[in-house]
Amino acid sequence: MKFGVVVFPGTWSDRDCGWVVDQVLGHELTYLWHKDTDLGGCDCVILPGGFAYGDYLRTGAIARFAPIMEKVGEFADRGGLVWGICNGFQVLCEAGLLPGALIRNASLEFRCEWTNLLVERTDLPFTAKCGERDVLRVPIAHGEGSYFADPATLSRIEQRGQVVFRYCDADGRVVPSANPNGSLHNIAGVINTRGNVLGMMPHPERCSEAELGGTDGLKLFRSVAENAFKVLVS
Amino acid sequence: MIARVIVTPKPVVNDPQGLTVKQGLGALGFTEVTDVRVGKYIEVKLEDGSEHEARRRVEEMCRQLLANHVIEDFHFDLEQEHKRR
Repeated sequence: MKFGVVVFPGTWSDRDCGWVVDQVLGHELTYLWHKDTDLGGCDCVILPGGFAYGDYLRTGAIARFAPIMEKVGEFADRGGLVWGICNGFQVLCEAGLLPGALIRNASLEFRCEWTNLLVERTDLPFTAKCGERDVLRVPIAHGEGSYFADPATLSRIEQRGQVVFRYCDADGRVVPSANPNGSLHNIAGVINTRGNVLGMMPHPERCSEAELGGTDGLKLFRSVAENAFKVLVS
Repeated sequence: MIARVIVTPKPVVNDPQGLTVKQGLGALGFTEVTDVRVGKYIEVKLEDGSEHEARRRVEEMCRQLLANHVIEDFHFDLEQEHKRR
């Protein structure tokens, strides 16, 4: 299993993701520079967190024009696994690979804290190792992570089960007090209709070793590592 | 030619910056303020040409990059540069 971690100018979570892939899980890893024009034979592309191109204009707005993103789009169209975390989620929304947008946190604060995530889909390559309605403890670190979609889009993604993670309390209750940023319907992560492009604001790579205070994030990395072979790349 | 582009959050999008500015204005005694929306102002200089064509091109720029149609509305004015002093 080979993971590719995309590095834009301003990306900051690339090494954290890479560490989990090769040091914690022992899988093959390559870093993909934003100017690269091929994906180096990766089975899964991770768009990590940070502030790609300084998040100028809007978060992810400039990153989507990077040469590597054209290849990421083609890879996604062929069914390849694409995983956007934090800034990567924002890039995927700007690129039109995922519905909706991420706007300024309702509190206007940059929130850096632990959250609980209710897992609503376990049939995906990203979540196959999770149990039904598992609650994962995963940290967030963002100023613009409030998920927004117009009412028609929101109702469509809910009907199609595209919401993968929702902010919840420790008991799995999706309540307003567990929502750190004002996301509509407490949405923390969404998948495309085909099930191969995931975007999420929380950082699983920052809770994949006990030394970091939790290992729930590792469930997602393990899911991808052990289930990617089931994904048909045509 | 100069395009003066204004990008604003759509009415349905929550604008916490606008709310905060509104509260600030209220605290300063501007109690007549009923709403504030915070957006962006972008100036784009263009090679001189037909205004009709420029309008079409700037509209495309807004759709493709300057505004995100999911959360933002935009409008713009065009001004010939030779009119400026």
